[in-house]
Amino acid sequence: MYDVIIIGGGVTGCAAAAELAKYRLSVCLVEKESDVCEGTSKANSAIVHAGFDAEPGTLKAKLNVRGNAMMAELSQKLDFAFRNNGAMVLCFEDSQLSDLEKLKEKGEKNGVPDLTIISGDKARALEPKLSAEVKYALLAPTSGIVCPFEMTLAFAENAYANGVEFRLSTEVTGIEKSADGWCVKTDKGEILGSYVFNCAGVYADKIAEMAGIRDFSITPRKGEYMLMDKDAGGTVSRTIFQLPTKMGKGVLVTPTVHGNLLVGPTAENIDDKENTATTSQGLAEVRSKSALSVDGLPFNKVITSFTGLRAVGDTHDFIIGEAADGFFNAAGIESPGLTSAPAIAEMLRELLSKKTDLVPKDGHIDTRKGVVHFAALSREEQNALIAREPAYGNIVCRCETVTEGEILDAISRPLGATTLDGVKRRTRAGMGRCQAGFCSPKTILLLKEKLGCGIGDIRKNGREEVKDDA
Amino acid sequence: MTMELTCINCPMGCELTVETENGEVVSVSGNTCKRGEIYAHSEITAPTRTVTTTVISAEGRPVPVKTAQPIPKDKIFECTAAIKSAVIHLPVKVGDVVIDDLLGTGSQVTVTKSVG
Amino acid sequence: MREFDLVIVGGGPAGMAAAVSAKEHGLENIVILERDSELGGILNQCIHNGFGLHTFKEELTGPEYAERYAVKVREMGIPVETDTMVLDISADRVVTILNRGRGVEEIKAKSVILAMGCRERPRGALNIPGYRPQGVYTAGTAQKLVNCEGYVPGKEVVILGSGDIGLIMARRMSLEGAHVAAVAELMPYSSGLKRNIVQCLDDYGIPLLLSHTVVDIKGKEKLEGVVIAQVDEKNAPIAGTEQFYPCDTLLLSCGLIPENELSKNCGVEIDPRTNGPVVDEGLETSIDGVFACGNVLHVHDLVDFVSEEAARAGESAAAFVKRGCTADDTAAIKVIPQNGVRYTVPAQIHTADLLGDVHIRFRVTGVFKNCEIVIKAGETELLRRKSRILVPSEMLDIIIKKDRLAGVSEDITAAIEEV
Repeated sequence: MYDVIIIGGGVTGCAAAAELAKYRLSVCLVEKESDVCEGTSKANSAIVHAGFDAEPGTLKAKLNVRGNAMMAELSQKLDFAFRNNGAMVLCFEDSQLSDLEKLKEKGEKNGVPDLTIISGDKARALEPKLSAEVKYALLAPTSGIVCPFEMTLAFAENAYANGVEFRLSTEVTGIEKSADGWCVKTDKGEILGSYVFNCAGVYADKIAEMAGIRDFSITPRKGEYMLMDKDAGGTVSRTIFQLPTKMGKGVLVTPTVHGNLLVGPTAENIDDKENTATTSQGLAEVRSKSALSVDGLPFNKVITSFTGLRAVGDTHDFIIGEAADGFFNAAGIESPGLTSAPAIAEMLRELLSKKTDLVPKDGHIDTRKGVVHFAALSREEQNALIAREPAYGNIVCRCETVTEGEILDAISRPLGATTLDGVKRRTRAGMGRCQAGFCSPKTILLLKEKLGCGIGDIRKNGREEVKDDA
Repeated sequence: MTMELTCINCPMGCELTVETENGEVVSVSGNTCKRGEIYAHSEITAPTRTVTTTVISAEGRPVPVKTAQPIPKDKIFECTAAIKSAVIHLPVKVGDVVIDDLLGTGSQVTVTKSVG
Repeated sequence: MREFDLVIVGGGPAGMAAAVSAKEHGLENIVILERDSELGGILNQCIHNGFGLHTFKEELTGPEYAERYAVKVREMGIPVETDTMVLDISADRVVTILNRGRGVEEIKAKSVILAMGCRERPRGALNIPGYRPQGVYTAGTAQKLVNCEGYVPGKEVVILGSGDIGLIMARRMSLEGAHVAAVAELMPYSSGLKRNIVQCLDDYGIPLLLSHTVVDIKGKEKLEGVVIAQVDEKNAPIAGTEQFYPCDTLLLSCGLIPENELSKNCGVEIDPRTNGPVVDEGLETSIDGVFACGNVLHVHDLVDFVSEEAARAGESAAAFVKRGCTADDTAAIKVIPQNGVRYTVPAQIHTADLLGDVHIRFRVTGVFKNCEIVIKAGETELLRRKSRILVPSEMLDIIIKKDRLAGVSEDITAAIEEV
């Protein structure tokens, strides 16, 4: 019997787990995939939004601004990549200046500091590659970029270090009220808990339904992106948004925290909660819309494209609260969900504290150290590391300069990687311009050796396979 | 009868025109060297190929091998299976003979990379 | 800081041949830096035959060809540092290297030869829509898994792109018991060698679908199949021609890209047509004392040409070290690709300062039948050669005699004329 069962190992669930782990609670996190960060959290814009977009008074507005304010310190303590690079929202018609002003007012009501509107020329002085068509821009200096994988893993590993139990490759199949709490049924057996947190992303409505809650639904909204080579990473230094145009909702152009350039997303509501396929129409839309903002985007430097699904609720706001006795939803966590995650976790903890006394845990560890990034170290640090562990002297991923030492660490650390994508998200091996062409055979061998299985058992991603006897 | 062939002796890939009568080659044109003519004759009468593959050594490592002489084209799969079932112990050196006469074709199978 | 007359980055066919030649031309203090644990580079996974007809006058497999050079390197006493990654090359030729035993180390080079080879164009760069499941590999990655690790990634295979590695892998997968359903090629012609189409596809009854491409990838976690469609003359898929091919493996053989990240960081000027350094007739880049050869310079189809080119780079590096400086670039004439010629290597020639005959290597922009290759200096014709057929998949190598070029001061043009 756990105090709390968290359903979903995305950024929301992992942040909640890290938050609850500060208290004397027994917590279990259940995730259907074999790794955390396998759904919406792994495929999004990776933006720490300033908070001007959400309607004042909404949870989105409040939690976004709070999450943004928390991010710098969290990234230090939990060791994930974050950069406060600032953002601009562009408009392409003089007549849209009033819309930009409304956005600024909204932001100010939400408590976003230092918003200013600047002319197109001023915008181009700050970002020389911006199109000549840019008439005005809203400048938001508190906007940032983050590595969503590292951030989610950081929460997960910190939660794990503080005693949260992770049940991966475990799919929830039913939820029943029990005498003293809830019984969560899974494909690996039943789990009993006093409280349940539903952090199930695009499946949050299905999970709620299992508990008899049918007052909201989640529509997956498809967003297609293209990621460009680090050669193109310097095209802009800020995150460049667009006001909606005649062509519809805009797309963004942003550097990533690791120095690539990201463009996208499209926005298409779909039915299939698993449909992460890219389409030629979607990618064409990303291309044409992003070209409005920035001149000469080097589409010949695209190294990969991907689709993420935003978990869009039908209430137009985050759905956070106790929906049945001891059953809490954190649903409809679409943008700005990544930014808001730590604030959502605080809110969930606040809600829980009304049900039960929360006693701080002795010996709680509030820091976490991620996989070392060899390439980012000084020469002295690199040599000290190699002297201690020679595997750091062997480069496996040449594009991202990732060493064998980093990959071995990613596999053997708690909640370690068991798949190629798991290694990639933890180390960036395979994330570069050759897209794992050279390093995947080596990474496969390292996984095989560490996990003690055959080459054929090493998966790219996804759930553990139930082996047929055939 | 006239047949068009692409010579596979070297990467030039000469386009050969071969005149045959009753299955016998009468003339070859389009070749840039003598080997093209030889290829045309053999391709019409008894086509052959060099097979390259790997044999997994007893120690578990793949060892690349080849047929030292070309084998009949219609025996490629048979020969490959026979090569695959050969037993090799490391270390091996380039040129080591794995099979002396591959399924009666007269071709040796030799190691193409020193391993171990 | 350790100092060398010549540091060679990469121990594949280019690096080995460059080292042998530099030593033969009198350089003593040479080192080859190789990131893998043995010499040979990609040849080690190219276990098929067809190498060495020009160089050794016999047909060898890739590993055999590599071993011949590796033996030469060893017999000549040229030092090789394996498991060593070059992290950086500065414009003043300080090379930063990484190795388990030595850690990060800076070494000083009087001259550098870039011989890092190339990489395959990945799926992401091809913008193929669909899911991103397990089972999609570049052909070379699959080749490495099959030939070096003994692991065959699938049973039912589709190949996109008819580059040579893709064709070779069609045969290889067939021999390993897989069924190869088709090879789809976007262009109306194959980008691989004709002999490979005959002996890798025709022999195994594998259809080559020209003017076809993959328009969708199905299967969320594991590949379930691909949709192939015919394309029009603008390479756009034609609606209604889509056909589903169930498969568990999709191999991509859609082009090779010279790996010039080190070169770019060093400040070497890159030719956007080849993605390789701009070089002169001695294979020297825009940075003095830095030379390039092999697939890092431009993608070759024959390793024999790589070895020959690398030998010239080794000779040039030796001459540079002996002379202590570079020829005067202001005295160089340009080599300009014209009608039908996509690029030339070299891009410039120091006609007053030639070590030997000059090779002009290039690829054509399309298929040309019954045509002539014409090389001119200004209006003066230096060479005219008839050809029955020229295709983009074959690199052409034209040799202009040293005495034909001596004193030439007008720019050189290379063009294809249709007869």
